[in-house]
Amino acid sequence: MALGLLKQGLRRSYKPQPVLPPRPELKSSYDVVIIGAGGHGLATAYYLAKEHGITDIAVLDKGYLAGGNTARNTAIVRSNYLTPEGVRFYDESMKLWEGLSNEFDFNIQFSHRGHLTLAHADSTLRTMRWRAEVNKHMGVDSELIGPEDIRRLCPHLNLSEEARWPVLGALYHPPGSTARHDAVAWGYAHGASKRGVEIHQHTEVTGFRTEGDRVTEVETTRGNIRCGRVLQAVAGASSQVGAMAGLRLPIHTVPLQACVSIPMMPFLDPIIVSGTLHTYIWQTGRGELVMGGSSDPVPGYMTRSTLDFKEGLMAHVMELFPFLGEVRLNRQWGGMTDMTPDFSPVMGETPLSNYYIDAGWGTWGFKATPVCGYRMAETVAKGTAPDILKPFRYERFDTFDQVGERGAASVGH
Amino acid sequence: MKLMHCPLNGWRNFGEFVYGGEVTLPPAHDADPKEWADWVFMEDNTAGVVREWWFHSPSSYWFIAERDNVRDVVLRTYPPEEIFQERVDFSSEGASQ
Repeated sequence: MALGLLKQGLRRSYKPQPVLPPRPELKSSYDVVIIGAGGHGLATAYYLAKEHGITDIAVLDKGYLAGGNTARNTAIVRSNYLTPEGVRFYDESMKLWEGLSNEFDFNIQFSHRGHLTLAHADSTLRTMRWRAEVNKHMGVDSELIGPEDIRRLCPHLNLSEEARWPVLGALYHPPGSTARHDAVAWGYAHGASKRGVEIHQHTEVTGFRTEGDRVTEVETTRGNIRCGRVLQAVAGASSQVGAMAGLRLPIHTVPLQACVSIPMMPFLDPIIVSGTLHTYIWQTGRGELVMGGSSDPVPGYMTRSTLDFKEGLMAHVMELFPFLGEVRLNRQWGGMTDMTPDFSPVMGETPLSNYYIDAGWGTWGFKATPVCGYRMAETVAKGTAPDILKPFRYERFDTFDQVGERGAASVGH
Repeated sequence: MKLMHCPLNGWRNFGEFVYGGEVTLPPAHDADPKEWADWVFMEDNTAGVVREWWFHSPSSYWFIAERDNVRDVVLRTYPPEEIFQERVDFSSEGASQ
């Protein structure tokens, strides 16, 4: 077989097909400059080209394609939020997710798993009833279920009443899914570059030149670019890039750690979340358990993994699945979460007339990748944010119009 | 970062401390609501050395720490008296300067 592979590789008719063309020279001017080649930036470039016919686009990234928080999230997709504004937005994303593999002609391993948020206290049950009713009202499949139904969906879960925090019920969200995060970024990158979008990796933005309320030039480590419109989509560095454009953002950046176990026999179908126990866990197609818990106790920009985090998380994981005590961890990492005061993103126009923002993605950014790209493309193309994004506008804090989604967060804070 | 130096109690386990936010001064009580919104919601979110409030929970003691939030190192901790020499006046009379 190895010889056959070698022969195939040396055949003259064989031409490798790279997903992306080699990095082109940076032109002196683009209609649209997108800062950040992560899922959100690439998706916006893709929909700008596909839906709005704008292809003179440069997507810049100081690192490599999707190497930031797109690669560091735990790949869970759901729409069971708490506010009508949030549910409407994330549900549109859900509908786009379902068609992505077909749209890209590339398997993003989107998999419906069902999503269970466990309740261990009356107060949690109350919030879940509220979430379930808001969800149903908005046409999203969510319901509150009891321990017997949980046992049916997840027979291995510790449902003993003797536990420190017995499971009283769960918010069950059947459409809850997972997807391969790298593949999503590659799909959007390929689709965008096929339509003429230029992706410039290892091209760091160092500043902006402005005239009045317009950004006229983007300064990069490879030279300056004149720009028609600019979008920043740089989760984890939003405040730094925003500051270059003179924007102060309602964000503090906090590390969030996660880890993956060695592969195991498949035993866990749904995604299990417990806010009380600061735990979420699901099993990948190759058997690894993806686990995360609560944010680090202090803000900062540290990508290290700590022992404190693993001690805290594993104690809780073992309350839910006691038999995992002997399982080893394979990988661990930290990502940057841009936390906003109301746990909702900051999207749309800014005080600068041709500068748009896509930030404040805290611990909820991955699931919004498609809708964010679709709607931010519309915003950049038309110059104004569509109604679905208006609740998340930058100015909402000045008018005290927050969109409070803390009650729907999976990650402990 | 397993230990942190409390100016009152000396070196203590990091888990005994609670983060209390950046050291900033609130606007005057009758300042424009926009100014208040800015103080409440907006942040510099500096990547580098920041000056923060910290709380030693077992002894209920608030102090100030300078921390490099990229390298994850506490550079210095000191009592708030170093910065706040006199009481901050929170009363509504005379607070607007």
